[in-house]
Amino acid sequence: MNTTLPRWVDIGLIPLINLALALFVAGLVVIFIGEDPIRAVQILIRGALGSDYGIGFTLYYATNFIFTGLAVAIAFHASLFNIGGEGQASIAGIGVALAALTLDQTHWLISLPAAIVMGGLFGAAWAAIPAYLQAKRGSHIVITTIMFNFIASALLVYLLVNVMKVEGSMATETRKFQEGAQIPFVHEMAGWFGLKMARTPMNISFFLALICCVFTYLLIWRSRLGYEIRAFGFSEPAAVYAGINPVKITMIAMLLSGAMAGLMAINTVMGDQQRLVLDAVQGAGFVGIAVALMGRSHPVGVLLAAILFGILYQGGAELAFEMPKISRDMIVVIQALVILFTGALENMVRIPVARAWLKLDRRSA
Amino acid sequence: MSDVTDTTLQGRAAAPAPVAPAIELTGISKSFGPVQANKDISLTVAKGAIHGIVGENGAGKSTLMSILYGFYHADSGDIRINGDLKHITGSQDAIDAGIGMVHQHFMLVQPFTVLENVVLGAEDGALLKPSLAKARGILQDLAHEYELEVDPDAIVGDLSVGLQQRVEILKALYRQAEILILDEPTGVLTPAEADHLFRILRNLKDQGKTIILITHKLREIMAVTDTVSVMRRGEMTATVPTAETNPSALAELMVGRRVLLRVDKTPAQPGETIMSVRDLDVRANGVAKLKSISLDLKAGEILGVAGVAGNGQSELLEVLGGTRAAQGGEVRFRGDPIDITPSANSAKRRRRGIGHVPEDRHRKGLVMPFKTWENTNFGYHNAEQFRGPMGLANQAAMMEDARGKIERFDIRPPDPYLKAANFSGGNQQKIVLAREIEANPDVLLVGQPTRGVDIGAIEFIHQQIVALRDAGKAILLVSVELEEILGLSDRVIVMFDGTISGERITSETNEQELGLLMAGVDPNSEQSA
Repeated sequence: MNTTLPRWVDIGLIPLINLALALFVAGLVVIFIGEDPIRAVQILIRGALGSDYGIGFTLYYATNFIFTGLAVAIAFHASLFNIGGEGQASIAGIGVALAALTLDQTHWLISLPAAIVMGGLFGAAWAAIPAYLQAKRGSHIVITTIMFNFIASALLVYLLVNVMKVEGSMATETRKFQEGAQIPFVHEMAGWFGLKMARTPMNISFFLALICCVFTYLLIWRSRLGYEIRAFGFSEPAAVYAGINPVKITMIAMLLSGAMAGLMAINTVMGDQQRLVLDAVQGAGFVGIAVALMGRSHPVGVLLAAILFGILYQGGAELAFEMPKISRDMIVVIQALVILFTGALENMVRIPVARAWLKLDRRSA
Repeated sequence: MSDVTDTTLQGRAAAPAPVAPAIELTGISKSFGPVQANKDISLTVAKGAIHGIVGENGAGKSTLMSILYGFYHADSGDIRINGDLKHITGSQDAIDAGIGMVHQHFMLVQPFTVLENVVLGAEDGALLKPSLAKARGILQDLAHEYELEVDPDAIVGDLSVGLQQRVEILKALYRQAEILILDEPTGVLTPAEADHLFRILRNLKDQGKTIILITHKLREIMAVTDTVSVMRRGEMTATVPTAETNPSALAELMVGRRVLLRVDKTPAQPGETIMSVRDLDVRANGVAKLKSISLDLKAGEILGVAGVAGNGQSELLEVLGGTRAAQGGEVRFRGDPIDITPSANSAKRRRRGIGHVPEDRHRKGLVMPFKTWENTNFGYHNAEQFRGPMGLANQAAMMEDARGKIERFDIRPPDPYLKAANFSGGNQQKIVLAREIEANPDVLLVGQPTRGVDIGAIEFIHQQIVALRDAGKAILLVSVELEEILGLSDRVIVMFDGTISGERITSETNEQELGLLMAGVDPNSEQSA
């Protein structure tokens, strides 16, 4: 169907309807287990946004999702579905940890840039092999990136158990980074300006994530490389016709995507844990897929969707705490419903809305 | 015949004729968003007639037929088949009403046999064998009756396009179609195959079938139809008996103004050889597509490459344009060899002065979701004037460049922010041509410059190509439209099965001779033998 919807319907109304549907179905689930859905929503929102403490946690989670969401979005513009954000971020954690462990006698102004470079490089490296296999051999990137998630997880376990663990300790983690590699928390930064904020893991990486949103916008829509990435993503034959090398673009897009996913490790490893632990990524790589889908692969959309998922994470944790009948697993169900409706079932709403819009449009015309 | 010629409202209100028309459309309207593709269209097609529908691209022919065949639902209007009001909500309804459609792009399962394709979707039960046995009998009768012979056990993928088209017609007849719609059926046929198709259509007509022929080739309309309807901008502008009209009158009705059907040009003044091709070999999936092709392209001439689609012209164009690697041979440009290995890059070629208007503008020439200003520099986007600081693009320069091209090539609507997909075929092609011609190449490779382009734009595009030639540039023109080759080129080579089956000076040859060469027969050598 040849339809052009106004942008606010496309990126505003439709995601909201999807979200409302997801919450409605989640509400039915809550009723089914015998709780009041309205109260559940109140607790969820109050838990996520009702205090500076809640907001700090919400934005801490959102930071993770911005990085992984942007990672998926960048690859998506080249028509590549990078499901491997999870693995790329965990491997990047090793890079970040190496930078931090090496430089934690210095100052965070030195160790942070080093960690950014190392995290980006390690994330990119982990994306490079699937990218090469796709570009040169045609192995489907979805399959290879998924498999690389498992390899990453196994590799991390091996390294933490056998190589990077503190000698004599039972915990599968590296030693804690010293002060020179502890990046400022946002509550500390607020303190510099004389503001008081509750202690939360939200840290300077949040601002790094915002910079990455701007970077992604400039890359995709303002740079010649982004132009080539988009052309390739829309039509490979057209790209070849224009002299754009498909192998090169596939590699570059995936390396950038992997690096972006890798930067997430700054937030969790350096910002929050201040050591490398197992499962520092905690599924954020997969949430990034939903964030990119919901955000229509646009940095602004990704930012908003990441905050939404941050609310679901933080509010969900509060909900599990306050309503004992709603377990942690229930929260996962609710999040899964949001992913289902905003990602997988997007067209279910899009097509009727588009039809209705056109009808309205014609009547008014 | 009076009810055929008159599609006005009065005609509709008239008392029903003794024999109800096969198709009667009244007041059909259909909009896509702000675009009204069909405006209050009324059309009556008499039973047992061959009815042509002509119109420029985007005039609404395909939309109208899609409504009749149930792909789209009309916003308003009625469809009557044999006098009965029908609600056609899907293609199954259309098939049940006795309508069969032969699409421009065949809807066949390539690895299936002819028989399986014919039966597909019309099986009698869960078991295939009885259906196939029944179909075999019916197919034999149909083949006899209408000169529609095809081996029922042949794999469709192995058949020529002409034969595949017969399978499509058989499919429709097997579903007991009484009304057959053919959408641009001769686009992929040799002149001889097209003539055979017309014989089949006349046979079908003699057996009382009704045929609607959608085409943009006025010659075919004149040759085979009884009545012709003309569409322009979503409206039915005229319906006339074919015998009472002529091609230039029809062209005028289609475009709304007088058009030049002949290309206006002076004799060529060929200069030095700019590009030479020697012993070019191309294989794809183990099949030889080009077999030791050699040719010379001179400055100031248009070299036409004629041939039925699929005889190696596309591969030739792709190798020269740098989007396909050759397995052997040599290409020289101004005496220097050009990279034809897999490392070939079309961007390098553009920098050396070889422009390329690809055959498939939808998949190659344009990025359809890109806006005009992004498409008008596509392939040239790394040129100095489009570079900004730090790897950014100089979008202001791109925009200014786009505005200039839009104005000089009369691209309509003149909106640099409109996506390529939202332009008509002719204007899309103008975007590609503007880009390639304004890069001022020494050699321009042109593939199917007017495929899917409306008559008004064809004239303009041909003028631009001739102007480039007159500026001393070399042009290689690949086209499956023999008329276009004859009208535009100064010299013609004909390709058949990956070889050059003949070369002629355009002014000294004719359609019949080229038609034979396209079928791989050299008339001269036959005479001498």
